[in-house]
Parts: sequence; structure tokens; C-alpha cells
Amino acid sequence: MNLKRIAGAAAVAAAFAVTGGAPGQAATLDDVKKAGTLKCGINTGLPGFAYTDDKGKWTGFDVAYCRALAAAVLGDANKVTFVNLTGKTRFPALASGEIDVLSRNTTWTLSRDVDLGFTFIGVNYYDGQGFIGRKSLGVKSAKELDGASVCIQTGTTTELNLADFFRVNKIKYEPVPIENNAEARAAYGAERCDVYTTDASGLAATRTTFSDADKHMVFPEIISKEPLGPLVRQGDDQWADIARWTLNALISAEELGVTQANVAKMAEGTNNPEINRMLGKEGSMGKMLGLDAQWAVRAIAAEGNYAEMFERYIGSKSPLGLARGLNALYKNGGILYSPPFR
Amino acid sequence: MTDRAFHRSRAQMLPERPAPIISVGVIGWIRTNLFSTWLSVALTLVSVGLLALILPPLIDWTFLEATYVGASGKDCIGAGACWAWFDQRIDQFVYGFYPEDAYWRANLAVILLVPAVGYLLFANLPYARYGRWFSLAYPVIAAILLVGGLGLDMVRTDQFGGFVLNLVAGITGIVLSLPIGILLALGRRSRMPIVRMFSVAFIEFIRGVPLITLLFVAIILLPIFLPREVSLDQLVRVMVIITLFASAYMAEVIRGGLQAIPQGQYEAGQAMALGYWQSMRLIVLPQALKISIPGIVNTFIGLFKDTTLVIIIGLFDILGQARLLQTNQDWLGKVDYETFLLAALFFFVICFGMSRYSINLEKRLDTTRR
Repeated sequence: MNLKRIAGAAAVAAAFAVTGGAPGQAATLDDVKKAGTLKCGINTGLPGFAYTDDKGKWTGFDVAYCRALAAAVLGDANKVTFVNLTGKTRFPALASGEIDVLSRNTTWTLSRDVDLGFTFIGVNYYDGQGFIGRKSLGVKSAKELDGASVCIQTGTTTELNLADFFRVNKIKYEPVPIENNAEARAAYGAERCDVYTTDASGLAATRTTFSDADKHMVFPEIISKEPLGPLVRQGDDQWADIARWTLNALISAEELGVTQANVAKMAEGTNNPEINRMLGKEGSMGKMLGLDAQWAVRAIAAEGNYAEMFERYIGSKSPLGLARGLNALYKNGGILYSPPFR
Repeated sequence: MTDRAFHRSRAQMLPERPAPIISVGVIGWIRTNLFSTWLSVALTLVSVGLLALILPPLIDWTFLEATYVGASGKDCIGAGACWAWFDQRIDQFVYGFYPEDAYWRANLAVILLVPAVGYLLFANLPYARYGRWFSLAYPVIAAILLVGGLGLDMVRTDQFGGFVLNLVAGITGIVLSLPIGILLALGRRSRMPIVRMFSVAFIEFIRGVPLITLLFVAIILLPIFLPREVSLDQLVRVMVIITLFASAYMAEVIRGGLQAIPQGQYEAGQAMALGYWQSMRLIVLPQALKISIPGIVNTFIGLFKDTTLVIIIGLFDILGQARLLQTNQDWLGKVDYETFLLAALFFFVICFGMSRYSINLEKRLDTTRR
């Protein structure tokens, strides 16, 4: 290696140092339009939320949001490039601009919102950590689990929540570390642990796999708040607004009775001014967002409103059969609440 | 003389008789291999006992009590394995998300691999002269077939998946890591200090860091360093890292072979007035590589299995597809073992094949006089 070559290498490195680093504050909307596809980060496989059908097509509750957003922005729900991310790769992928939005059952926490530099655009599933155990234990509440062995996924917030819960209640437990849900099912099934703890949606999914489901019970305690929602990079408020109001449109659509089936008809005009504003018949909300007037119509037409998505992928029409619970509209006893389209 | 009857030797040979039945054939083999000593009798009995304990339930579970037909996991209610997913999912296990109308391209690439590898491995095939050229051109042909170009539709690399992805990543790594490994091994033994230091530093660095760490650096850190416009393909990044990783190990395997070559062989090259590269190519390397075959194949097999690590960048090789099906709500909890079993079978066939070929190659190249 001669001096000239070393100098050349140094110059290249310097050029990277200048242009590289923080991925500027470029308008994500323009990038997405230019690319003609929405790069959406999703899970590598989570029952009900992100999975493949027998044609190899990604589908699920988290996936449906990506498709709705692509429909709103690009006019076609199929213009999504799915990027499958693990718990470790999801945040760097979003920070470096490899994806435009992350829709991967991610818990909204202060440190992720503030320290990691992301903007959570809302909550599409209110989850919480629970316990499942055998009825033969004779335990009615998680607080009576003194000395129990607990199957727990390592390296997750659930592990920390578990430690907190047992410390607060001054009871002891013996952790049985496991790697993933499939392993947890096997370990719990082989009675290597008395109870298994993970998010309540995951527990319900696990319970459906037991042939003797009625011999197991999910304890009433939910020991943590896990508001799961999509997130975008901090610093591009227009893009965050589009992502946020697409989610809000899906929730409002449920409240206002706009469905996949009737959205096209309602877009022609109704006697409800809020529906008319949302669907672009009155006012100029699309323009405010930097989109066209029909954005919400397409978002709802893609996979239906929130309720339709919920029921199809994780609710009563799916094998998981999750109840709406907290995720019902505020009118129906839940806490799902979209700000008004005004 | 008529008193031949008293002669002590026979006038003619007795007819040959077969060896006693207990020392040849199946019985003989069993006697010498399974029941030759008391220890081996005991070991045989214990092994047979264990097999009798394990095999029947395993066969029962895998085949006899298994469910073969069904639309979803709900149909798998038997005590045995659930293979009902096989029909609708096998394409994804083999091809991943590769577009269905382009399956033939992946098929063709894999089929053409047979002559391409064959002409490299076996000397006595017809049309050997053209075959070698075909082998050289194969990587380009395969790349065009798989990725697209020349009139074929482009396929994004994140659509690669299934066993085809394992094969693509594994074969690329195998083809590239051998020459790089040879160069590194020669570099490490070179008298030129910079070349030597570079080779030593490279080998020791790569061997000193776990593969998964290198992969994380390539996947997570690179995009943060590089400007947003420069995007290296994810799959290429992984293949580069796996190749470099295997090259470092390969270099040490080959260095072992080089050190086993007596000094006289190097001097012979010099005495024939051969240059460095000539004497390496004609005298030293052929012998060194021959000695290193078991180690080289060992590294190949390890590399091939390392290709499953593509899961961390969100690509679904055959193992990823297995895990994916396990998280499908229609099959949840029904296919935890079956899918892994299928993936294991695919890997075993390839790795066992490599191992058998290496034994064959060793025998063929064995020129030592015993």
C-alpha cells in the first residue's frame, strides 16, 4: 500500500463522515412516493399480528395497518415492501431509514419515544402481561404464586415486569428462562414450570394450542401496561401526522359505522358532516396532510375499519379468538378513542 | 510303485471349500463387528435395547399415527405428527417468497448446478473440455437466472427464501471462501511483512469474533455509518460476512496442509527454476490441498449450516419458514417438531452428501504407497 492509496482511503472515509451519520430530516412522504412503495417493518412471525398465508403472502393485524397506510399514501394497498425485523433489529432499521414505519407490536415507552428518537403515532392494541397456569395448582390469583417456577422469555420487558411484580408483592419465584413462544409451550406442556407469563394476547394464543385447554386458566392479574402501536422516526412531523391520522381514520370509521363494504358509497356523501370531512367530501383534510381527498377512503377500503381488522385477524373470526376488552371503543367500555376529524 | 496309498502327501489339490458359514457373510460380519468380545456383546445388547425403546414410538409418531390430510391444525387431532401442512407449504419451504411463476428459474439454476459441480469434481465425464468452461460460467448463469436480467424479470433478494436461499448463500460462500482462504494461507506464510501482517490480522480478527457479532455489525451498524443513498443489499452483506468468516477458517485449515509439506518439496520447485506461483501451483498446493480435504469439507459443512443465520436479517431460509409456520395461527402448536424435522432432513441430505464425496475424493487422490 503506498501513500497515495492511503490518502485516497482517508478521503473516502472523510466523505462518509460528512455525508453519513444522522439520516437527515428528509421528507419521508416524498421518499415513499418516489420509491413507489412503503417500506414497513413487521414481525418475523407472531400469531394473528404478522404471519404468512399458504400463498406466502404476509397478513395479520400489524400487516393490515401497513397496507392501509400504503393505500392512503400511494393509492394501492399492495405497494408495501415488508421488512421482517427481530426484537434486536427493529429500532436500528427504523433509525437508519431502512424502513418508513414500524408496525411490529412495539410497546410505547418513554425511553423509546424520547431517548431512541422515535415518534409513536398511537396505539393499535392495548396489551398487558398476564399469567397462565394449571387449575390443579389450586391458585386463584397470581399473588398466591409464592415459590412457583415461571417460564419467562429472556431479554424482554416481560422479564423486568415479572421481577417488579414479585418484588412488590414480596413473594419468591424461580425463573425458567426460555427463548420463544414455541419453546415456552413445550416447557409449560412438559410441566417444567408451574406458570407461563407473557402478553395476554400471547397467552390466549398459547391456550388455544392446548388439547386440554379447560384444565388451564389465565389469572386475572394483568401486571403491566403494554400499549402496542406503530412508530416513525422523530423529526418528520408531516409523515408522523399521516401515519397517526391513518390509524385514527380506521378507529373513527368503526365509530362512525364506515366499513370496507360501504365506504365507497359513503364517500359519495352522507348526512353526517364528520364522515363527509373524513372521506373527503367536505373540507380539505387530505390537503392539510399533503395527500389527496380520498386518502381515508382508500385506507378503509384496504382492510376495513379497526373492528373489521381486529375480528378478522385476532378477534372472534380468527383462531385466536381474542375479546375486544380494552380495545373496544370508548362507547363500548374500552379505551379506544380517536380525536375528532374536524 | 504301487504303495502310493502310504504316501504322506496328496497327489492333487482338494477342491476349495467355502469358508465356514460363521466367519463370512452377514453372520461373519455380525460376529466380528458386534459380538467379538464380551464388551462388544454388552454394547451391542445395550444399543439394540435402546433402539427398541426409541424407534417404535418414533416411527409411530412420525408415520403410522400421523395426520397427512387437513386444511389447518384443527384437523390434526391424532396422537402422531401433523403433516397436513406439507402440501400447501412445501413450496415456501423450498422457494420462500420467490415469485411462483419464476420457480422454474430456481429449479433450472439448481439443476444446472449438477453438471457445473460434476465437471469440477469428477475427471472422467464426457465433453470434459467444454464442461470445465461451463463450470466457470455457471456462477454468472445462475445469478442471471435467480436475480433476473437479460429479459428475465428482476427478483428482489428479499424474496429469496426457503432451501433455495440456503443453497445460494452456501454455494456462493463455498465457491469464494476456498480461493480467498488459499490466498490468506499463503499470505500468512509469506516473507513479505505487510502481506503477512495483513493476513494474520485478518484471520485472527475474524476468528476472534463470533459470526453473529459480525453479522449484526454488517446489518445494523453499516446503515448508520453509510449515507442513506448508499444501500448495500442485505443479502449481499450477509453473504460477504459469511464468506469472509469461512475464509479465515479455511486459511488455517490450508496452512495446516502447507506446513505438512516437507521443505524438500519447496526446494525441488526452486531447483526446477520455478517461480513462486508456479511452484505453489504445480508442486506445493496440490499436495497441501489433498492433505487438507477433511478440514476443508468440514469448513464447508459448517458454512452451509451457518447460512441459517440469515434469519436475523429477516430473511426466511428453510429454518425461518419452519418457525414462520409455527407462528401461523392456523397451525399454532401443531407443527413445532414436524417443521424442524423437515428442515433437518434437507440439511442432512446435503451435508451427508458433502461428507461422502470428500471420502470418495480422499480415496481417489490417495497416492501414498502403503
